[in-house]
Order: sequence, then C-alpha cells, then structure tokens
Amino acid sequence: MQPLIEVNKLVKKFDTLVAVENLSFSVYQGDVYGFLGQNGAGKSTTLRMLLSLILPSSGSIRLFGEELTPNHKSILNRVGAVIERPDLYKYLTAIENLRIFARMSGVRPSHRLLMDQLEMVGLAERANSKVATYSQGMKQRLGIAVALVHNPDLVILDEPTNGLDPQGIADMRNLILRLSREFQKTVVVSSHLLTEIEQIATRMIILDKGKKMMEGSVADYFQPASNKVHLGVTNPEKAIELLKKEPWGLQVELSREELIVSLASHQVPALNRYLVEQGVEIQSIRSVNSLEAYFLSLTSGNQHVAAFTN
Amino acid sequence: MWQLLRIELFKIFKRPRTYISFAAIGAIVALILLAFYADGTNYMAFGMQSLTQSFDIQGKVLNGYLICFIILQTLLIHVPLLIALVAGDQIAGEANMGTLRLLITKPVSRTKLLLAKFFSSTIYTILLLCWMALLSLVVSILIFGTGDLMILKSEEVVILEKADVLWRYFAAFGFAAIAMTTVAALSFLLSVFAENSIGPIVTTMSIIIVFTILTTMDIPIFNAIKPFLFTTHMIGWKGFFDAPVQWEPVLQSAGILLFHIIAFLVATILIFRKKDILS
Repeated sequence: MQPLIEVNKLVKKFDTLVAVENLSFSVYQGDVYGFLGQNGAGKSTTLRMLLSLILPSSGSIRLFGEELTPNHKSILNRVGAVIERPDLYKYLTAIENLRIFARMSGVRPSHRLLMDQLEMVGLAERANSKVATYSQGMKQRLGIAVALVHNPDLVILDEPTNGLDPQGIADMRNLILRLSREFQKTVVVSSHLLTEIEQIATRMIILDKGKKMMEGSVADYFQPASNKVHLGVTNPEKAIELLKKEPWGLQVELSREELIVSLASHQVPALNRYLVEQGVEIQSIRSVNSLEAYFLSLTSGNQHVAAFTN
Repeated sequence: MWQLLRIELFKIFKRPRTYISFAAIGAIVALILLAFYADGTNYMAFGMQSLTQSFDIQGKVLNGYLICFIILQTLLIHVPLLIALVAGDQIAGEANMGTLRLLITKPVSRTKLLLAKFFSSTIYTILLLCWMALLSLVVSILIFGTGDLMILKSEEVVILEKADVLWRYFAAFGFAAIAMTTVAALSFLLSVFAENSIGPIVTTMSIIIVFTILTTMDIPIFNAIKPFLFTTHMIGWKGFFDAPVQWEPVLQSAGILLFHIIAFLVATILIFRKKDILS
C-alpha cells in the first residue's frame, strides 16, 4: 500500500540548532498516527513542515504520492490542520470564522452545512457568538471544525489537548476516534503525553531531540498483560518472600525501596488484598505499562518521566 | 484572488479598530471647520496682514476651497499613522493572533495571500482619503461656499480662479492616494518581520519622522539624499496648486512613489515566500 505521507531523511536546522535530524517515516490511509515526544523533541517542527509552514533544510516530503513543495496547493486542499492553539479571529463569530476558512479552501458551503459542522463539534448553539467569548475547549473544537470544513482526507492535529480540562481532553479524544472510525479520516496527532497517544493511535513514532527513536504499531508495544507494578510496602523482605511463593510465584526486583513485579492489570487488586491479609501494609501501588517502560528506556532520564507519564 | 480580497476586506471592516481612523479624521476635520466657522475671519485678517498693506483684496478669501487646502496640509502629520495602523497589522497582527499559521495551511499561495492583503490595505487607504475628501471638500463648500483660491507660498501668492480649482483637488487626492499607499507598502513590508503590529506601526512612523526632518532641514549634506527619500515626494500634491502646474516634477514624484510601492511589495513577497511561520 502506498503511504499517504512519506517522509524521507528530513532535516530542519535553525542556524546551528538541528531541530529535526534525518527523519523518515510513513503514514498510511486509515492510520491514527501518533507523534510522541517531550517538548522540543521536534514534533511541531515536523508537522509544520508537512503543512508548508516551515521549509525543510533538506530531505523530501510526499503527501498523497506527490512531492509537497511544488504541489502544496493541491495537496493542502486535502489536508485539515490545527497547529498548537487553534487561534481564530476573536472579533468574528464561529460561523463567520468557519465561512472564511471554507472559502479560503475553495468551497462555499451552505449555512446548513456550516451549522452541521458546528453541530458535530457541539458548538451549534454558539454559532453566532464571537470567538472572544469562547472557552479554550470551545476554541479547540471550533479549530477542529475549521480543519474539517472542506472535508479533507488527512487531518493533522498538533497537541490538540493542550490547555483542556479533563472533560475537554476526553471530548477531544472521542472526536479524534470518531474522525477515524466514523468519517474514515487519516489522522496525525502529536502529544507529549503517552497516555493520550496510546488511547487513540494505531501507529506511532517517538521523537527525541529531533531524532526518530522508534516507529511502529502501538499494539506491538502496548501489552496490558505485562504491566510492571511498583509496590511501596512497610516490610519489603516479607513481601518479597510472599510474592515469590505460591500462589503468585513472581520474579521480584527491588529498586529504590520499591518492589517491581510483572503482572496483568486485572490482577493488581487481588495482589493488594493478599499482601494486606498477610500483614504487609501497602504504601503505594503504581502500574507502568510496557509501552511506558519502553518509552522511558528510549528517552532515558528521570526528567522525562514527569512529562510523559503526566 | 477576488475571493481572497473579499475575505481580507471583510476582516478589515469587521474590526472596530478600523473605524478609529475614520473617526479620527472626522474629528480633525470637524475641529478645523468649527475653528474657522467661529474665528476664521480674524485668523485670515491676521494671516494676510502683510498683503493687505500693499494690496486691496476683494471677494471671499475664506471659502471651502481654502479650508480644504489647509486640511490637506495636515495629511503628512496624521494620516500615515492611521494607514500604518491597518497595513502594519496585516501580517504581524495575524502572527500575533496566531491565525497566520492557519491561513498558510490553506491551499492558497503565499504570493496571492500577500497581494490580497496589500490590495485590501490599498482599498482601505483610498476609502480613508475619500472620507477625508468628502468631509474637507464637500462639507467645507457646504458651510463656507466656493470662491477663488488664494494660496500664500514663501515667495509668491498664487490665486486660482474658482472654476479652475475643483479638478486640482481631485488630482491632489489622487496623488495623496499614491503617497499614502507608499506608507501602506512600507508598513506592510515591516509587518513581515514582526509578530505584533506595534513594531511595524512605530517603525513606519519613525522612518517618516526622520525622513521628514531630513527633508525639511536645509543643510547641504542632506540635500544630496533628499531626492531619494520618499517623504520628499509625498508632498508632491502641492504641485497641482501652482499656476500653471509644473507637470514634470509632479509626475516625477508620482513615479518615484510608485517605484517605492513596487519595490516594497516585491521585497515583502520575496521575504514572506521563504519565511518559516513559527508563530
């Protein structure tokens, strides 16, 4: 199958700073493709190059089988994007913003169609309100409506959950999944949050300091059955002895006064109950899934942990 | 292109700040008219003191044509600021709002987008001057009537017959449109380098002030550069009020201003086509 996006040996330098280094990856039709990396990893720079906002220093970008630079007009006609904050004209209403950007994309949708678009993102009731009165979450959803107004095949969303409250994040996640499943869009989405990517992406790439650390199917790296469970207990020696014995028979590592065992998520409550019944007091339990563990091994260093595990 | 121009005009005229310029010109013209209505006779008597000692002046000197000429003199002072307010905001303002990156992701060439923005700034400039002409010429004539136009210059007095004045105003406002479009083009160029509109507006005004000071100072070292400063040619509209009109310097000034407009616009396009949009 021909890739929808084919990036080959892409480089972007800002003076002496190499923001993206020799990056190659492919996105296929139907993918929800996750871009994962900490702030400054090169995600936004790469996405901006896919949209002609930034010119590459070298390398090639092909979208829909065509070279981007000479064909960017016809290519961008098939792409919708929200880059970072979805800033729109605050002094215009939602429907005026939507109409302007539809016309810039060469389409003249009817009022009904524009309202349908706003309905899809849950903003129909505020269609005639000025964007200045919108919350961050509403702006984000309007940004998605603007990105979709010309019915693109490919949707690029850069950090779409930034600045949203938990409900807003959940709504955005559902919207992205709907775009993929219901509307058959190919979606490229970036985030610095591992949990975001693993919940929505089918394939992903991990970037670190402008370089590709891995690319592949999320399912290959995310195996819920092999979670690493970190236990903080009052009596580690006794706990290790109990965990090694039947019925658990687990391999136990001791790291920074925490016991680490490999265990499926659904078994964690039973393990907790067992240790308490045996007189071991639990101070903390946290699960680190295999993808997270893999990710941390790639980006190594404690400073990354907070950013990626949130 | 037409569609883009319509969008840009829609955005300009939907912004409240656009109407500040129209209100400012309305206020300035209204104040000048009010002042002349209340105390114009005394002002004229004082201004013409030296002339009336030697000549017997008959007829209505204080008329709508003279007041319009006085208002036009203020053109270089405040209109460039009002032009820069919109033209300087065209790209830098979009970058500041964060909408520039959204515009660039649309299937429109950067050159066409810039041309649409520049032409919309030009239309705004022309409308602002039409508004100024309407108030300063039409309203002045309605209040003070018409008559021969007497202009006091440093070394001569020019008297233009009533029937020979109106076309000169149309020509002068046409020339002013070219001069103010030069300001718009400069501000537009500066707008490419900034991420908020204050920078281009202040820089445009600083350049105009510095160049105007150089133009007005009669120092030999500056005389050599004066012909190359666009501000020298911005007052070329005054040539239409000579008798007879000296066409060569007027047309030369218009040509130099048009050259500046094209040079500023081409530079803007060349820079913007290569610019990384990081805002």
